[in-house]
Amino acid sequence: MNLQFLADGLLSGMMIGLGAIGVTVTYSILRFANFAHGELLTSGAYVAWAASFALTALAGGAAPPLGPFSFGWTVLVGGVFAMLFSAALALAIDAVLFRRLRKGASIVVVMASFGASLALRSLIEFVFSSSPVYFSQELQISRPLGFGVRVTPDQLALIGVTAVLLVGVHLLMTRSQAGRSMRAVSENPTLARVVGVNVEDIVRLTWILGGALAAAAGAMTGILVQIRPYMGFDLLLPLFSAAILGGIGSVPGAIVGGIAIGIAEAATVDFIGSQWRAAVSFLLLIAMLLVRPRGLFGGRA
Amino acid sequence: MSEALLEASGLVAGYDVGVPIVNGASLRVEPGEIVAILGPNGAGKSTLIKAIAGLVPIAAGSIRLRGRDISRLPAHEMVRRGLGFVPQTDNVFAQMSVEDNLRLAAGILEARLRRARIDETLAFFPDLSQRRGLQAERLSGGQRQMLAVARALVVSPSVLILDEPSAGLSPKLVEIVFAKLAQIRRTGVTIILVEQNARAALAIADRGVILAEGRERHEGPAAALLGDPAIAQLYLGGRRAVLEARP
Repeated sequence: MNLQFLADGLLSGMMIGLGAIGVTVTYSILRFANFAHGELLTSGAYVAWAASFALTALAGGAAPPLGPFSFGWTVLVGGVFAMLFSAALALAIDAVLFRRLRKGASIVVVMASFGASLALRSLIEFVFSSSPVYFSQELQISRPLGFGVRVTPDQLALIGVTAVLLVGVHLLMTRSQAGRSMRAVSENPTLARVVGVNVEDIVRLTWILGGALAAAAGAMTGILVQIRPYMGFDLLLPLFSAAILGGIGSVPGAIVGGIAIGIAEAATVDFIGSQWRAAVSFLLLIAMLLVRPRGLFGGRA
Repeated sequence: MSEALLEASGLVAGYDVGVPIVNGASLRVEPGEIVAILGPNGAGKSTLIKAIAGLVPIAAGSIRLRGRDISRLPAHEMVRRGLGFVPQTDNVFAQMSVEDNLRLAAGILEARLRRARIDETLAFFPDLSQRRGLQAERLSGGQRQMLAVARALVVSPSVLILDEPSAGLSPKLVEIVFAKLAQIRRTGVTIILVEQNARAALAIADRGVILAEGRERHEGPAAALLGDPAIAQLYLGGRRAVLEARP
């Protein structure tokens, strides 16, 4: 059996996991499903792309690729810039839209997030057109890893970057006071206030974290495949499936859920047919909701 | 008259605008004493202490801590001013370990003081000390209540406010919890206690305040309240006992 699907699935799954962290923390702390999360991912990808080209132009028109990779330093700096941008965008959407509606029924906020998603996607399409864009058109030669698995240097680099980000987020959530406060607000906001946690600060931190990770996932998906206005929207179902599969509020759960979905999608493409790829997240989501509604690592349903 | 540690005057508070549950209540607490707030169901006991803790909006009146007005401060500021609150239910973070519950609470202290305060607090609660790595949801009811109290104590509050600490506990555990509260008072912490279990509360309290319809009706030394047959009959379960005694 060819094990290539494992490598492909692991990589796309880690990206999904990265994006799903934002979904899961927003859901558990703000208590609503943010359908505009996909657009944070898309806008991150476009900003990273635009910033990297602007930096290349500023650097005299050339930024040679780093070692065996298809991208140079401008893409890395552009990626960091995109993380800052999407974090700021998430804060801005909250300030303008969600904060005003949060005290009401959560369905109102969910609907508002649908609206925000539509508006942002249209704005992105208006500014960048609907044609896909690429960080690089260079072809990369994949290298054998054994067991019939081949990976490109870009894929290996992005697995490394994603792993570093995931470990960083995990440490933030488990070892820092900010992470403990986020877990506290997620579990019991009133008690969190009683112990001195400023819930509004934690809400802002949640947007910053979710926005930045979405941008990172978007930029990396852009490096691996392409950037288009619907990329985030198309990832929404896998993101939500990963968050629910892992258990709402659980960061390790989002990562494991993301990887499970990524591998299931890749296996479906390899063994069943690519037309079934999109259905896999949905099937896994339904199966998990039927068998274990609180997810793999969730504390409560 | 010396300055009270905590003084609430003319408090009007409730969850919905125009529907006050606490309706003009006043409360004066001296340093180092235990004050029990008692009264029938719906008297506004819990709402009164939640309003003091910043968890229920205040429509009128004022709360002063050591003479300073703290009436409109958000709940997360109250604990920084020295006012510790232990809710009746859901009073620990069940998904976190005992240690993380304490670490979270100790977060408002200077970083260099946190470890020592957590260790001191755990030393005061040996039962918790042996379970510091255990998730709080796996603790027994009594241990959870102790963790909730420990969590409030870790930041060395000047006033500890507890909402029905005996609720849901067996008589044996109630005894243990109240003995612990008496022990905490001996360390210099002032305690305000809302209780249904009036006799147990008055047994450790210096004073009792009896609330009815959102304001104080009777107030006096705990021993005097316990010994007053009219009070006992109306508010301390006496009337119920009489009714139950009839054939």
